[in-house]
Amino acid sequence: MTAPDLPPSRRRFLTYLVATPTLALAVNAGLLEEPAGAVIPTPPQVAELEDLGDFLIQAGKPTEGKLIVLDVSTAGKVTCALPREEVGQGITTAVAMIIADEMDVPLSDVTVTLADARPELLFNQLTGGSNTIRSVFEPTRQAAATAKARLVAAAAQRTGVPQSRLQVLDGIVVGGGHTIPIGELSAAAASPQLKVAQPTPKDPATYRLVGRPQNRKDAREMVTGQFKYTNDHEPVKGLLRAMVRRPPTINATVKAIQNEAAIRAMPGIRGIHVIQTGVAVLADTFGQALDAKEALEVTWNAGTVDDQNDETVKQALRQVNLPMTPALGTVVEGEFDFAFANHAPMETNTAIADMTANGGTVWAGMKSPIVAAQTIEDDLGLPRGSVTAHVVQGGGSFGRRLFFDAALEAARISRAAGKPVKLMWTRVDDMRHGRARAASHHLVQASIIAGEVVALQHHVASIETDFRHGLGEVLTATGTQLGNPDIIPVSAGGNASFSQSVFATTITSPYNFGATSQLLNESSLKFHTGSFRSVYSANTRGAEEIIVDEIAKALGQDPVAFRLAHLKDPRYVAVLTTCAELGEWGKKLAAGFAQGIGFHAEYKSCTACLVEMDARNPKNPRVTAAAIVADYGLPINPRGAESQLLGGLTDAIGTTLRAGLHIDKGLALEGSYSQFHFPRQKDSPREVKIHIMPATTGAPGGGGELGLPAAVGAVANAYARATGTAPRSFPIIFPVDFTPFTKNTGSTRVQPR
Amino acid sequence: MPTYSFMLNGEQVQVDAPGDLSVLWALRDKLGVTGPKYGCGINVCKACTSHLDGKAFNPCVTNVRDVAGREVTTIEGLAKGDALHPVQEAWLEQDVAQCGFCQPGQIMAAVALLRRTPNPTDADIDAIENVCRCGSYFRIRQAIKAAAAKMAEPTVVAVQDPAAVSEGGGSSLAATGLGVDVAALGAAALGAAALVTRALDTADVAPAEG
Ligand code: FES
Ligand code: FES
Repeated sequence: MTAPDLPPSRRRFLTYLVATPTLALAVNAGLLEEPAGAVIPTPPQVAELEDLGDFLIQAGKPTEGKLIVLDVSTAGKVTCALPREEVGQGITTAVAMIIADEMDVPLSDVTVTLADARPELLFNQLTGGSNTIRSVFEPTRQAAATAKARLVAAAAQRTGVPQSRLQVLDGIVVGGGHTIPIGELSAAAASPQLKVAQPTPKDPATYRLVGRPQNRKDAREMVTGQFKYTNDHEPVKGLLRAMVRRPPTINATVKAIQNEAAIRAMPGIRGIHVIQTGVAVLADTFGQALDAKEALEVTWNAGTVDDQNDETVKQALRQVNLPMTPALGTVVEGEFDFAFANHAPMETNTAIADMTANGGTVWAGMKSPIVAAQTIEDDLGLPRGSVTAHVVQGGGSFGRRLFFDAALEAARISRAAGKPVKLMWTRVDDMRHGRARAASHHLVQASIIAGEVVALQHHVASIETDFRHGLGEVLTATGTQLGNPDIIPVSAGGNASFSQSVFATTITSPYNFGATSQLLNESSLKFHTGSFRSVYSANTRGAEEIIVDEIAKALGQDPVAFRLAHLKDPRYVAVLTTCAELGEWGKKLAAGFAQGIGFHAEYKSCTACLVEMDARNPKNPRVTAAAIVADYGLPINPRGAESQLLGGLTDAIGTTLRAGLHIDKGLALEGSYSQFHFPRQKDSPREVKIHIMPATTGAPGGGGELGLPAAVGAVANAYARATGTAPRSFPIIFPVDFTPFTKNTGSTRVQPR
Repeated sequence: MPTYSFMLNGEQVQVDAPGDLSVLWALRDKLGVTGPKYGCGINVCKACTSHLDGKAFNPCVTNVRDVAGREVTTIEGLAKGDALHPVQEAWLEQDVAQCGFCQPGQIMAAVALLRRTPNPTDADIDAIENVCRCGSYFRIRQAIKAAAAKMAEPTVVAVQDPAAVSEGGGSSLAATGLGVDVAALGAAALGAAALVTRALDTADVAPAEG
């Protein structure tokens, strides 16, 4: 059954959406009235009322009816091409669980694939803001409920047994002495003559798969090496391997190639083309393309940030950051610096393109494939609708694949060469010319009067985070539609207004600290940046979690007890309490060891993280154990949620302790994992306990990014407590302890590890 | 262009390539074997980890001429048909993979470790350098421990098979296995045939790395 006639109940869906901000308000109002001792309540902040995810959901509303299309084959297999990108979050497994549960079919009969770019979805094919499950949960279960209702109606028609006496059990319609596999009913169920009233999806409390741990459906292919990432596909014959020799500084362009004839004569070389981003070399194998790319002699024009280095970046940030309003009473304050951090997904930027003069096809891991296809069309002067974008499951992202620069570059090369190409970036290029979390500078100040926090100010200065991948347009359009210029300030224009929108819709403080203000100012230095897991929250909330510990210390209070007394929401309190128990907060540890705690709430979810650290050698600290608790409102797959929290913890250990980029003359020095010190097994805790709270709200909150900010706080606070220091610059241990690869060629040939 | 031949996942293969082409690209671009992944090309990330004559090696920094006449095993060659290697089974049970990109290399590294060290300590596991950018390290650790326990099981059966014991080594494993694992295996209602297969598997792989 193809179900084009699946208009999910608009009314029901809208009710849910509108109810969300209202519910959030109600929770806050309740707290305001509570006699909470001397705690000074904080009025609701923007992101508590309507967060980024709410805006993405609203942006998707005009297309929500078409978002989820289910197909039931005559063999009874259910498939759904999800218009989102899977990069390891486990969303295809989670969506399959929702479908199987709602339809009462075996999970093994449900396959969720990734949809090609579907331009008719407008704003509703963007994977970001921890928003996949939040945005597809209602449409998916509505579609599945409708599909099931039609199958049952078809069975009733065929057997004469009333629908009320029929049910679906494990993919079989049963009742009145009949057993009919759903596949046999799919054709009849698709008939427009079959009139079926809009069903109501199940009460989530009755779900049997949703909410229970489920292992990933695509794991077997991964552990047997059968799983195909972009680079493993060979969708067209005669694909040439393409690599690009990139400039010695960011955004520099080619002046001239000195040795083109010699390069063309190298074994396996099939072409050389100058493109906007460098010199593309085509070869039979990537090994040969790499040799040729490194042997190229190229002269370059200037780039956009050639005169920038770590010091100038720090100064630029200090220049744009706004000074604090003088604080009252006792002041606890901190000034923090965070270095650039590369997304560094294991799969480097990779894409396949097969372009002709009239259009073409691209294959890549893309989180914004509609914008990708349209950008390629515009770039190559092709008519709208002439480029097909196939979304391929990606080898990690952490925000990186919101940008489709590999697909665009591959399309340009294919067009120039007149041949289909498979493009791969080297790791060195991926780290130096790819995207990074922007460096940021933070001024945080708490005012304490009579033992209570009466105000918290936080001024953030960041190198511009680039949102020109479609997300910015979503927010602008939604803000305009909603007529809510306070929340979505469109007046600033361009990327700056996107940044302000994202900041306002993601950053809130979970504490009652009186008057709370968090402001962002950006420097427009043209580095290659992009949203990194948690966007602004990892640094902004991470810095605040450090200050929270310092406030508690100044007041002579225990960090957990102090937080519990100030958290805004009973859900938050429950999560932190459970985490403190799970991680045995306060247990005796030897000198040089310490525990640290952090808390974070975003996208209607919340989490607490407790780590134990061995910092007997302050230059070589190790997180030895961790306990994490999270409340997702309605957890879909706790097993997958645990994976995401584990990932967030690892990101936090990396970016807090050792992993960052040094900028030198406009380029990162780091070029591989031997230099950008992302954690390895030896840096990871040997003991991790994770607990997912049972459903609390009945609606799923965001999950993909949640784990990072709390863990940043926990790791930094553990380090502070173990070493008796007050960490202010991140990563904390950040020497240039390596010989950088040459900036000219990026060559790794003769470099020591 | 010269031709090199070697054993690849149990089959003799030939590849026409310059001798200094790395095995990674010979496998991926010439032979269509894509399990080993590129993550760095310089023996840092270990995503390409495979086995050469039963020991872990990194195809990205090995020239194809250097594997001529030898035996290369990639992740594709680890399972015996549909029967997964115990390490792969453990990876599934622990739900290790996130994006999955590093996991072929992680698994091949873990298999190599367990051949050398059937009961690895946490410190042994810490020594695995393979990067997992998704941060699945704790589950990798659990999976290696679970796999070690699984791979100790066949020694129970091996007691009935002197050849397997002598080859598989580890009488201490048999001793620890006897008490616990017989019951566990019984409960799991595994057939004798499966056990024998597993035992042979281990006998097969155990001597490879000494
Ligand atoms: S690709 Fe071989 S070690 Fe990284
Ligand atoms: S699972 Fe993604 S890199 Fe390991």
